[in-house]
Amino acid sequence: MSSAAPIITAEGLKKIYHVGDVEVPALRGVSLSVPRGEFLAIVGPSGSGKSTLFHILGGLASPTAGSVTIDGEDLTKLTDADRTNLRRRKVGFVFQKYNLLPTLSAIDNIRIAQHFGRNKEALSPQFHTLLKELGIHHRLHHKPRAMSGGEQQRVAIARALVNNPAILLADEPTGNLDTENSEIVLHLLRDLNQKIGQTILMITHNPEAAAYAHRTVHMRDGRILD
Amino acid sequence: MINRLVLENLKHRRLRTLLSALSIGFQVTMILTVVGISRGMLEDSVTRARGVGADVWIKPPGASAITLSGASMPVKILEYFRKQEHVTSAAGTLVIPIGGVSTVTGIDLDQFIALSGQFKYLSGGSFAGPDDLIIDEWYAQQTKKKVGDIVSILNHDYRVCGIVEAGKLARLFVPITTLQELTGNTGKISQAYLKLSDPGKTEAVIAALKKNLEDYTILSIEEFVSMFNVNNIPGLRAFIYVIIGLSIVIGFLVVGLTMYTSVLERTREIGILKALGASPPDILRIIVRETLLLAFGGWLAGLALSFGANALINSLIRANLQSVIVVDWWPIALLIAVVASLLGAVYPGMRAARQDAIEALAYE
Repeated sequence: MSSAAPIITAEGLKKIYHVGDVEVPALRGVSLSVPRGEFLAIVGPSGSGKSTLFHILGGLASPTAGSVTIDGEDLTKLTDADRTNLRRRKVGFVFQKYNLLPTLSAIDNIRIAQHFGRNKEALSPQFHTLLKELGIHHRLHHKPRAMSGGEQQRVAIARALVNNPAILLADEPTGNLDTENSEIVLHLLRDLNQKIGQTILMITHNPEAAAYAHRTVHMRDGRILD
Repeated sequence: MINRLVLENLKHRRLRTLLSALSIGFQVTMILTVVGISRGMLEDSVTRARGVGADVWIKPPGASAITLSGASMPVKILEYFRKQEHVTSAAGTLVIPIGGVSTVTGIDLDQFIALSGQFKYLSGGSFAGPDDLIIDEWYAQQTKKKVGDIVSILNHDYRVCGIVEAGKLARLFVPITTLQELTGNTGKISQAYLKLSDPGKTEAVIAALKKNLEDYTILSIEEFVSMFNVNNIPGLRAFIYVIIGLSIVIGFLVVGLTMYTSVLERTREIGILKALGASPPDILRIIVRETLLLAFGGWLAGLALSFGANALINSLIRANLQSVIVVDWWPIALLIAVVASLLGAVYPGMRAARQDAIEALAYE
């Protein structure tokens, strides 16, 4: 793990949702610092605010108060268009349900991420090596419905990395997988972190999955527990 | 890449894509068929008017040039026409509507042949009695009539004596005296045709006739047939506009519904695209491209269907309706299909573009 300056810094992050006239606080002042190259697990039960934190760090939602910086960019000052740009350039997502586009083949799922990332370069030899390491290089022309859950999640990881994001956000990446495939995916995430220094934030409620990370942060009721 | 996504989306929901394209296709066919029939019927009228082979056409004051209804002139006026310089023959006809756009035409066969030349009989021959009827091949084909069959027109039975080649004056011919008596028009005709010794003198003959027949409409045949256009048929242009308007509404509703359900069905996919960095204009562009492709596919289907409709009309009811393929309306129909489809895609497209990414990703 690198000891460089933090790639993510959050200070007093608050998020309040309005349900009718009722205010529902999802984050109640979260402060977090993630050094570049760290593999961090955020663990907490449902309703702890970890998904809200995931959405804010991924530029999918804006905080109600506090500050958050990703790779030197202050997210609190971003417009919707700026947040779209942030997602293109700095964030790669891996979701629990894989979220591949069902109509496209594996390689086209990767290419469409390139397209929206405004990345017009051909896939690099390093990326092809990564596809081999992920064990999906021979399955690239298959559509998601013809792939196992483990394969789909590995395609999703490749898609998340194709634009060389500053951070990889993984939301319960093993939540839909059996034990064997879960281990494969977690090993791959740890290898990516070790080999290419990819900063990874993984949200999970599974302590065994969290054990693959360098560090685990626990959340409850919208706060990080010490 | 976006084109592939659009194409795969359409291929993925094949039945819906097919049904939507077919619906747009019917919209296109509706326009092309209405215009094709309008033009086909006018062209048929022109062919039949030219087929007479006359140089000048005359109608009495107050009668419609198209239907020839509403007034008549005395048969004796033909003598006056024959005395005019350069006029070699004159023939009068009595045209009586028999329902819809169909008419029966009374002729003095000898007089008419003298002006127009002999009919080309495909079977049978000329009038042998007062209740004989000559029909053209299209009418014979449509009604499956042959020589010797009885045809009832305006409650009077006629015997088919001859079947002639289509394209001369009318579709149903009866002896003019019979028709005059049966319709209370004894001694009257609806229109007259003149044949000149020198067609180059047409204008001079018309000018001379107009001096004494001020209220009559006297036209060269070319002027007469030029009146057979959409603008001269009361309500036809408005009717075509109504059909276009209806087809736009249909296209708008079909594409609106298709794209709306498509957007709802793909809520989660839209969330994924947004997570990957797609902006609202990116999403809108995807919907617009899908719509354009649907409209284009629908247009192609519409062209194919319009050929079918054209063939069907001309083989089943050619005596009443004639249809032609209107190639010059193909781009107009495409434009109408595209405009209607894009209008239908506005709301679903905006809804997709504005979709909240987090809500979309949570959508089951």
